[in-house]
Amino acid sequence: MSKARRNPVNMVAAHAILITYTLIALFPVFVILINSFKSRKMIFREPLALPNADSFSLIGYQTVLKQGDFFLYFQNSMIVTVVSLFLVLLFGAMAAFALAEYRFKGNTLMGLYLALGIMIPIRIGTVAILDMMVQTGLVNTLWALILVYTAQGLPLAVFILSEFMRQVSDDLKNAGRIDGLNEYTIFFRLVLPLVRPAMATVAVFNMIPIWNDLWFPLILAPAEETKTLTLGSQVFIGQFVTDWNAVLSALSLAILPVMILYVIFSRQLIRGITSGAVK
Amino acid sequence: MANVKIQEIRKSYGDVEVLHGLNIDIEDGEFVALVGPSGCGKSTLLRMIAGLEPINGGTIAIGDRVVNNLPPSERDIAMVFQTYALYPHKSVAQNMGFALKVAKASKEDIDRRVKKAAEILNLTEYLDRKPRHLSGGQRQRVAMGRAIVRDPQVFLFDEPLSNLDAKLRIQMRTEIKELHQRLKTTTVFVTHDQIEAMTLADRIVVMQDGIIEQIGTPLDLYDNPANEFVATFIGAPSMNLLSGELSGGKVKVGDQLFSGPSGLGKVNLGVRPEHLILSDDGFPMEVKVVEPTGSETMVFLRFEGQDVTAVFRERHAFVSGQTIHLMPDKDHLHIFDAETGARL
Repeated sequence: MSKARRNPVNMVAAHAILITYTLIALFPVFVILINSFKSRKMIFREPLALPNADSFSLIGYQTVLKQGDFFLYFQNSMIVTVVSLFLVLLFGAMAAFALAEYRFKGNTLMGLYLALGIMIPIRIGTVAILDMMVQTGLVNTLWALILVYTAQGLPLAVFILSEFMRQVSDDLKNAGRIDGLNEYTIFFRLVLPLVRPAMATVAVFNMIPIWNDLWFPLILAPAEETKTLTLGSQVFIGQFVTDWNAVLSALSLAILPVMILYVIFSRQLIRGITSGAVK
Repeated sequence: MANVKIQEIRKSYGDVEVLHGLNIDIEDGEFVALVGPSGCGKSTLLRMIAGLEPINGGTIAIGDRVVNNLPPSERDIAMVFQTYALYPHKSVAQNMGFALKVAKASKEDIDRRVKKAAEILNLTEYLDRKPRHLSGGQRQRVAMGRAIVRDPQVFLFDEPLSNLDAKLRIQMRTEIKELHQRLKTTTVFVTHDQIEAMTLADRIVVMQDGIIEQIGTPLDLYDNPANEFVATFIGAPSMNLLSGELSGGKVKVGDQLFSGPSGLGKVNLGVRPEHLILSDDGFPMEVKVVEPTGSETMVFLRFEGQDVTAVFRERHAFVSGQTIHLMPDKDHLHIFDAETGARL
């Protein structure tokens, strides 16, 4: 927007809308956080009250941390998320580069085929996937989850990244070729740094559903040693009794790592590294 | 340094052939401009010399080596792109030295050559900057520096001045010419701007629709265009074409007769704007628009339904609507076949 059109009324209105949205979006997180520090009674009596000297209690955190497996769940979630993201970004970017850069027979068809996955929910294939995992002996391993999440993330990654890679100047890639770079070096050293913002977007889009997923961990890796955090937290939710302190504490703790990852990626999101590359 | 021999070069995309067997001999140290309207295949040809496009037929030789199947980095060429194509995350010095680094040259060697190129191009004080902190002209110079540092056998320029503003373009044009006079490296320069081609090149290759219309020195093309296309493409404002009738060695335009070759049929009489002279027995033409530029005055006229342009160095007080009499200079006439466009 040009400076001339930025009048104060519009500014206030825009900020009001944005602030309202932020409040709405943060409210549930806020409620989880404050209640995780309260005693069970106070959670139910005054769910919206801040913890005070009377109601403050760390019982939930104690329960969660005493449950010795919590760190293992945490570690499992972390491994699954990070490895899946890495694979999605690596293979997604490579496929996108090939689709964007090289002319070959069936290029468009291949692109459509890869994009098809966006439209078909992977959960429809759960039975077949489970069958496959059983036959390959991958059930109850983290690999089962990593492979499924990689497959789930690839279509959107390829779709978004290939659009961005088309925008990377051909001249730049050709300059690299003339300077004696091979195709891999061009991909890793020239193109990837330029599409970093797009990579960050894809990473954020994929990270949260993987971290929060309950479905596949429950079906493919429910064993004690491969439980993820989301699945692990379910022990506190019973059919008749739910340990709300523990659930809320576990959820609060689960927010932290995603937030850290998000901060790392969002710095990339805003970085306009391409400026100055070409006119 | 080396000569470049292009023989029977063909290129097609699918079933569509875009270059139809081109032959160009570029001599050692020569500056050749490829010029033509957009889509004529000049950039494709340059990219084939560079090795960025596969060759479908014919051979390209640089020096004594046929380079058809060599990758770009082994052809010993350097290319300057229209968009500069600088590596955004590298400093000016790193940009210029990158090719040497990839080729595993020693650090001292890279330093020495980068410094030398930076001196030639007045870039010494910018060596540590990133491309985004440079102006358009400076970026263009870095792109040229990247080419110079490699000390290649052939320089390839792909419309390097198109992204610059008018004033800077003229300045960089002079710099490129100076650079060439100093380094004497064989150069192929692609442009759609015939003025750039005329001012820079030793020889110009005029292309249209994937064929070569004419190859020659700038003045040769200007004075003896091989056909109507070259005649109207080279020179600004472009050559006037007056339709006429050829018979018995005479060309009849309006009620005037000009001496011509033997033959019979419709022809076009080509007259450069500066070769139209005020004369009482000339063609009566109606003045449409007068454009004074200071050093000369361009006058756009109408004659028998045809647009005509004339250029005068003297100052005349013509006004729109006035009729003036202009006579083509009989020593500078070009006669083209109206159907084929070939020079007669």
